Amino acid sequence: MVPTDLRYTKDHEWVRLAGTDATVGITEYAASQLGDIVFVELPEVGRTLTQSAAFGVVESVKAVSDLFAPVSGPVIESNAALTGEPELVNAEPYGAGWMVRLTVADPSELDGLLDPAAYDALIAEG
Amino acid sequence: MSVAGNRLQPTIFEKSSPGRGGGKIPHAPKDALDRIPAAARRAGPAALPELNEPEAVRHYVNLSQLNYAVDTGFYPLGSCTMKWNPKLNEWAARLPGFAGLHPMAPDAVAQGTLQLLWELEAALAEISGMTALTLQPAAGAQGELTGILMIRAYHHDRGDLDRTEVLVPDSSHGTNPATATMAGFTTVTIPSAADGGVDLDAFRAALGPRTAAVMITNPSTLGLFEARIGELLDAVHEAGALAYMDGANLNAILGRFKPGEAGFDVMHFNVHKTFSTPHGGGGPGAGPVGVGPKLVAYLPSPRVIRDEDAGFRLERPGERPTSIGRMRSFVGNTGVLVRAYAYIRAHGGSGLREVSDDAVLAANYLKARLAGTYDEPYGDRPCKHEFVVSAASLKKATGVRTLDIAKRLIDYGYHPPTIYFPLIVEEGMLIEPTETEPIETLDAFAEALIAIAGEARTDPDLVHEAPHDTPVRRLDEVKAARQPNLRWRPMAGAQTPCPD
Amino acid sequence: MPYGPHTPADRARMLATIGIGSVDELFADIPGKLRASSLDLPEPEPELSLAAHLQALAARNRVDLASFLGAGVYRHYSPAAIDQILLRGEWYTAYTPYQPEISQGTLQSIYEYESLIAELVGLDVVSASHYDGAAATAEAALMTCRATRRERVLVSRAVHRHYRETIETYFMGGGLTVEEIPLVADGLAAGTTDLAALERLLADPDRAVAGVVASQPNFLGLLEPMSDIGQLAHAAGALFVAVVEPVSLAVLAPPGEYGADIAAGEGQPLGIAPQYGGPYLGILASTEALVRQIPGRLVGMTTDIDGKRAFVMTMRAREQDIRREKAASNICTNQALLALAASVYLAMVGPHGLRDVAALGAARAAELETALAAVGAPRLHSGPYLNEFVVRVPGAAEVHRLLLERGVLAGLVLAEAEPDDPALADGLLVCATEVTTHDEIGRFAATLSDVLTGRPPVAVEAGAGTARGGAVAEARR
Repeated sequence: MVPTDLRYTKDHEWVRLAGTDATVGITEYAASQLGDIVFVELPEVGRTLTQSAAFGVVESVKAVSDLFAPVSGPVIESNAALTGEPELVNAEPYGAGWMVRLTVADPSELDGLLDPAAYDALIAEG
Repeated sequence: MSVAGNRLQPTIFEKSSPGRGGGKIPHAPKDALDRIPAAARRAGPAALPELNEPEAVRHYVNLSQLNYAVDTGFYPLGSCTMKWNPKLNEWAARLPGFAGLHPMAPDAVAQGTLQLLWELEAALAEISGMTALTLQPAAGAQGELTGILMIRAYHHDRGDLDRTEVLVPDSSHGTNPATATMAGFTTVTIPSAADGGVDLDAFRAALGPRTAAVMITNPSTLGLFEARIGELLDAVHEAGALAYMDGANLNAILGRFKPGEAGFDVMHFNVHKTFSTPHGGGGPGAGPVGVGPKLVAYLPSPRVIRDEDAGFRLERPGERPTSIGRMRSFVGNTGVLVRAYAYIRAHGGSGLREVSDDAVLAANYLKARLAGTYDEPYGDRPCKHEFVVSAASLKKATGVRTLDIAKRLIDYGYHPPTIYFPLIVEEGMLIEPTETEPIETLDAFAEALIAIAGEARTDPDLVHEAPHDTPVRRLDEVKAARQPNLRWRPMAGAQTPCPD
Repeated sequence: MPYGPHTPADRARMLATIGIGSVDELFADIPGKLRASSLDLPEPEPELSLAAHLQALAARNRVDLASFLGAGVYRHYSPAAIDQILLRGEWYTAYTPYQPEISQGTLQSIYEYESLIAELVGLDVVSASHYDGAAATAEAALMTCRATRRERVLVSRAVHRHYRETIETYFMGGGLTVEEIPLVADGLAAGTTDLAALERLLADPDRAVAGVVASQPNFLGLLEPMSDIGQLAHAAGALFVAVVEPVSLAVLAPPGEYGADIAAGEGQPLGIAPQYGGPYLGILASTEALVRQIPGRLVGMTTDIDGKRAFVMTMRAREQDIRREKAASNICTNQALLALAASVYLAMVGPHGLRDVAALGAARAAELETALAAVGAPRLHSGPYLNEFVVRVPGAAEVHRLLLERGVLAGLVLAEAEPDDPALADGLLVCATEVTTHDEIGRFAATLSDVLTGRPPVAVEAGAGTARGGAVAEARR
């Protein structure tokens, strides 16, 4: 079971909401599919993300994956710790391995996100 | 692993000692550089290593013995065509008349090479059924870019500016979509059909007024000949698009199928695959491109021209304004092309056809030997020069993956086949024996693969932890990517000052 | 078939195992109307006659001339050890090192190559190589666009024409533009990049520049104000690409010392034969900040599970087989064997030897300048050069042809190579290296003098010795 306090996308991102503040990362499932993460490319502060559009890249030794924005809004912070320790994404995907924080521009976009049960079902299908 | 002893070496920097070496070049006069302004001069000498000749040579000889090579043994690498590299070709390329010729020497003093290039173009045109050739591209990938840029020029010339898409099957080599992107196109990936061929309906649905080109490998990267190729090419042309053939798998069809005759508009050759030029540890290669009538005007310049009475020459700058221009400096990787020329002359038409016959025969033989041991994703349908098997069932039953099998093959003395390509096959191994391996080698290789499948069941750890006998074992690639160490850091102060 | 092992018995056994009667059955899936008719090629040749044929072709080239031709490819002495090492099958018949456990030779040699070039150019990240200097320069130009997210690149007119044309081809993909920076027309700086013009080109606020590309030495052999160019580029937020010649870096300031972000160039001078165009060695290097933008293979150091030092291709996710349509470049090959040749060359000549190669070339070039000026072919430009320069000779194309008939390859006729530059119309681009001899210089000058004064050529066979003696005497006058 994935953490119950988060919302998810079909591209295996998670969102933690606190008011209009959204923290985004990738799920444990995604991290384990990729293998040992070696590099994460994140947007600079101020860049505006668009829901479903690619905003960064996560690389393992043998694979690479785009990161897709679960919601739209300007980036407030990118996780600088991932520059030196990309392995945090594997070790603590929902905690210290978070990727960006942004301000939610349009709350109605949250309706499109998956709840934990729906995401669990998605990854069970495999 | 057939490596003589442990030849691991420190780097040449660690073997350096101040004052060693020299004696190759006479000393320059002390004032030779006085006229160079100080601002343009190097502040201090480059900290390059100082070795004497014996230690330097030993370094490179010992390092070489850490390598597996075609001269060592069998490389069943699908999609790479690791056939024998003929020794005559090394001698030929080194003939001073070829090796010593400057690429901007006047045509009058380059007649031998120009004739060779012209004859090579004619031979490749005959082999491919294409109208004209360029020998300029330095590699297959550069050949792909050449072809796609010519297609772009063709459409633009016709005012057809909205053709922004290139269609590519999902089994394609990664260079195909990468090339399309470099040329400014969007790649549309078309899923393969269940039988491994193109999904003709999916292609038809995707073809339209926005399609500039379709890039097809035939036989496909699964080693299967595209039986529906005629219909596909018709559909492509009906949509006003052009057809590019990735010629990487030409070894399967020499003398049996000519892409130009069949309707392809352009194709590239990998001379380091089909025409035996050696891989050199990763290069050099060359990627000549053949075109049909629609694209001749756009070929890169300069072309090799034959003047009626005066011999051969290169096109002059500006002589053919429709050309897409240059892909690179000078005429091409002539040194590589000399080798390809020699190969073709050694075989003739009959010999080349025999090459494909034997390559296809050997692949089907090996496939038959392995039937029942590994999964066959495309059933017992005859393959061409290569075939794919899958270790998916083995993985499910034993946890042993294709990667492990590949590493264990090293313990048996073989370079592994191509693994995890094409991407559409789970736990795939793409095996291409080529035509130059004796049947004893094919048998021994099959037996090794069968034995490893057995080991996966009885002693999986042996396979998981392979290779066991190599100078280095499985590497920490994660560390290499997370903490890149891409150069040796010089030891300060370890150099003699330049004797002046 | 010359290299195939299969006997009729072998083939019969294979057919029997497969369960078919003839190999034709394996080609039955080729639609009838698409089957090839025949392969109409010359008959196969056994090795003996093929060798003779190849020798005859090679003999139709003339490589015995006293050559002063450079223009991007240079004659240098290649120590004997290089070819003997390169001919080892473990080097030249090895595949790309995707299986590192059995490729440590290739991998370590590439790591050492990266390190050697890093030291020469003064930049920390060196790709495992590109096809040639032109492709490397084009990739460098594309890198500046990716890294700055700008679309306009400025290239000095004094960068090798082939490189400029290759950049144009690589930029055909759309959206990006490349513009030429003009050269200074008169005075001491004539023939070098016009800094004032560069500043103007950089000043357009609506068309921000991604990168500025200049060559050191430039195509005309002249030394450029690289620091100044770099400063102007950086002031405008653009990256600076230095196109360099590796032997010259033994004595000239390397890109790292004058603030270049990227270095590109042709590695052929490092012990690689001219071969009429290739294969050569595209050098591409960058600062560490740009490591993720650099296309092509990278080899790094790591350890294996037993803790032993080992080398491996790394940061592979950037490359085409993984990134596919999102890859920065479609490049698959690197010029591994040529990188090895260059490394062995540097190991053989050593840092002092390399410096001597560069300095001897400079010394011979100065001698050449004096000798040619004395017979009526002075330098066209006044600025400093290392070992290549332009001389002015009226009717240069015809003079060149007459000299060729007399065994002298008098450099490059600029009227043909640079047809749209009237200032170069009478120019010959000539160079000297450590292999250029006093005799050759004397012969060039004497023959040129003969041609300019209308003297007929001396018969080559009978009077060769006398002619040379005469030429030396002439040059001394």
